[in-house]
Amino acid sequence: MSAEKKTDFQVVNHSVPRRDGRVKVTGKAQYVADLKLIGMAYAKVLRSPYAHAKILSIDKSRAEAHPGVHCVVTGFDLDGINPYYGHAVKDHPLLAIDKVRYAGEPVAAVVAIDERTAFEALELIEVKYEELKAIFMPQEAAAKDAPLLHQRQFEAGALRGFEGEVTAGKGSNICQSHKIQWGDVDKAFKEAAAVIEGEYYFPMTYAYAMEPYVAIADVNDQDVTIYSSAQHPFMVRHDLKSVFNLPVSSVRLIVPFVGGGYGSKSYTKIEPLVAACSWKAKRPVKLQLTVEEAMLTTRSDDAFTWMRTAVDANGKIIARQAKIMMNTGAYAENSPLVVEKSTNRCVGPYAIANVLIENSSYYTNTVPASSYRGFGCAQVTLPGESQIDELAAKIGKDPYEFRLANAAKPGEEFFPGMRPFDGTLKQDLETAAKAVGWGKPLEKNHGRTVAVSGSDAGAYPLTSTAIRVHADGSVTIMTGSTELGQGSHTVLPQIAAEELGVPFEKVRVVSSDTAITPYDRSTGASRTTTLMGSAVLEASRDAIQQMVVMAADVLKVKPEQIQTVRGGVRYGEAQLSWSEVICKFYALPDGEVIGRAYIRKAGKFSALPVFWEAAATGCEISVDEETGKITMEKLATVGDVGLAINPALAEGQDLGAATMGMGIGLFEELVYEGSQLVNGSILDYRLPRFSDLPKQVELHLVQNQDGVGPYGAKGGGEASLNSMAANIANAVDRAVGVRIRQAPLTPERVWRALKQKK
Amino acid sequence: MDLQFNLNGKPQRVECEPADTLAEVLRNTLNLNGTKVSCEVQVCGACTVLVDGLPVSACTYLAYEARDKKVITIEGLEQPDGTLHPLQQAFIDEFAFQCGYCTPGMIMSAKALLDENPKPTRDEIIHHMDGNICRCTGYVPIVAAIERAAEAIAKESKK
Repeated sequence: MSAEKKTDFQVVNHSVPRRDGRVKVTGKAQYVADLKLIGMAYAKVLRSPYAHAKILSIDKSRAEAHPGVHCVVTGFDLDGINPYYGHAVKDHPLLAIDKVRYAGEPVAAVVAIDERTAFEALELIEVKYEELKAIFMPQEAAAKDAPLLHQRQFEAGALRGFEGEVTAGKGSNICQSHKIQWGDVDKAFKEAAAVIEGEYYFPMTYAYAMEPYVAIADVNDQDVTIYSSAQHPFMVRHDLKSVFNLPVSSVRLIVPFVGGGYGSKSYTKIEPLVAACSWKAKRPVKLQLTVEEAMLTTRSDDAFTWMRTAVDANGKIIARQAKIMMNTGAYAENSPLVVEKSTNRCVGPYAIANVLIENSSYYTNTVPASSYRGFGCAQVTLPGESQIDELAAKIGKDPYEFRLANAAKPGEEFFPGMRPFDGTLKQDLETAAKAVGWGKPLEKNHGRTVAVSGSDAGAYPLTSTAIRVHADGSVTIMTGSTELGQGSHTVLPQIAAEELGVPFEKVRVVSSDTAITPYDRSTGASRTTTLMGSAVLEASRDAIQQMVVMAADVLKVKPEQIQTVRGGVRYGEAQLSWSEVICKFYALPDGEVIGRAYIRKAGKFSALPVFWEAAATGCEISVDEETGKITMEKLATVGDVGLAINPALAEGQDLGAATMGMGIGLFEELVYEGSQLVNGSILDYRLPRFSDLPKQVELHLVQNQDGVGPYGAKGGGEASLNSMAANIANAVDRAVGVRIRQAPLTPERVWRALKQKK
Repeated sequence: MDLQFNLNGKPQRVECEPADTLAEVLRNTLNLNGTKVSCEVQVCGACTVLVDGLPVSACTYLAYEARDKKVITIEGLEQPDGTLHPLQQAFIDEFAFQCGYCTPGMIMSAKALLDENPKPTRDEIIHHMDGNICRCTGYVPIVAAIERAAEAIAKESKK
């Protein structure tokens, strides 16, 4: 529980308009795609047509002779740099070296005076391949005679985000294995009053940020400067410093506005490649991927899950066991952490005395999988929350009441070794159930459900910031947090304005320039409000403390005699604003005070997760029995966010996440046929559109100030995605009596299940 | 080749290639980067601009097709005194964007709707906007913003 329960907020907890509003509605907001550097050239990438093949030779002479081409870079041209990168495992070459591991892997890059010329020259590159046996499913990758995708031993990355070992590179196709276990599962299942067991499949999905990956690199003899659409500039800096063997101070990542991330722009993507292009071309180079190329760059891990769950005669969940095989694709990216997280998240936010979860991800010859909003949680919440409904039905309980009875309680240590639960699931569920009209009569073929998600946030506490209070009393926040649309440029100034007692309008943000803004580990895992928000709060207080000392100096009294008031200090009759303190201290109407804060895994942030990300979702759907088509009649989200610094933004995160979850529940799925991704374009990959929006939507927040973040805040924006596929599967079961254990629940799958039932 | 058209109320003359799209001329030649390019196959709506009042996808519309026509982009909506178009203001007031990448195209599509049908129903809004994709918001606040802008425009015209 947070010690601090402030309630008389001036700026915080108000839905102030977005700070980036005006620039975004007038088209003035700058994204990397909009930037040009003097002397800049453009790169285009040649990609492998084969899923698994040796590269015998590359003839680039005709391409290099093409008018307007500066150079062609291949895996044979990388002597002098370390071409392998990866924050978890250094398994990823910036261009294919010796062999390709998936269809679509970058094999060469052309740098030319413009994009069109670079594109033309791609056709002039001749690559000779020798095809190898390829594997596409984790089951194939696990087979004894499976070809080994990676022969090299890998060094584990220092920034992998968890303390366990990395499995990759030890002579098998396993990328990562993780297991959690407590109690006695075998005994519990023998003694159970009822058991549900089933196999589930959660598909490969694409986050589909509207802005495809884009980066500009300017590499010279001494420094590497990169403008990128990356979510985590400091993580990318770490990879780049290792590729070019440079000190940290020589690598600069700058991230302007990002056109959507949802995890897909986490960690390093095209930056090493564009940097190598600039290094070879000796000039700034821009690489802008198309949507189709972006879909060949990253995806989510798909997951095959066998799970069983048991209850005792009193309706208490007593055991859960699962075996998961995840498909991580050709390179590890962030999948080791996804495996860790999906293993943990099988437990759901339920107190279960006997647990055994075994999870392995496998390298296959498919697009590399990595983070996707809620990483690893949606994959296992489909089986987890499906089984809660199935069990309730089996023992004749109402699934909502069954959840209420079993959900982790506030303060309960339901997951051994982790932070006690800091949410209020009972209230979350009650709110969701009420919003969708739980218990009210339903029309034929309609189904109503609620589901919960409570996940151990992957937010690692390593964050710093600087707050500059200027001589006129205005403030600049220096933050490494990237504005992806989630609203950090609005929320962070709200916190600083609240603490310093200055108007919100006078607080500005400089973000995500690794040469200027202090270190922040990442912008992901719902961490910014909790961790960067805490840093901004502490740095504001640090600035206040310094200004108290300055005021004492100016007033020639002891600091203990100075009293702080909103926006300044008082001593007796004398009252000074921050501006007056600074101006009097420097004896000029200029100068500044810099407050700073360092957040680490210590104090209130020592227990992990730093918060449990909890949310309930509710929905009502209808099923057309003739076509199998599902219509979303109602959707309710309930974000258990502790305190919403900006309620409209927090609700917007929940709706956005639930809509993505709905997309996966209804129609989103990347499909492989043989070696090729066959629906890797917007024409074939079905995204939620206006016409898919639920007929009724209710957004709710539960604000009990029970988080460790500022004023009791916690993160949000992932959890309402996680439960949506299960919600839809459960609702279909309740509407038309068929149980589908696979997402998405396309009309065809529902129709086939209905036919089978008849 | 020589291309002349009216851009945001002013005559414009540029050199372009026959294969240049309107988005390329706007972004690369005229440095008007408000028009965003995403799917490049006329599906997502991010690059929507108005040509003679009709919404078109600038990513696939040849610049040459715009000759002698009136083109309006997101940059043309703000009044010279800085007053935002009611749609722009409504998008801010309703939190109808997050990352903002789809926003210029959303606003231009919505403008085409309101110019033709100043009082659209919710269903008409959804139908008209179905060719614009937003990955952040879940669309609900965008519908609310368009409804709000329609009301604001109606109030303004009564004055």
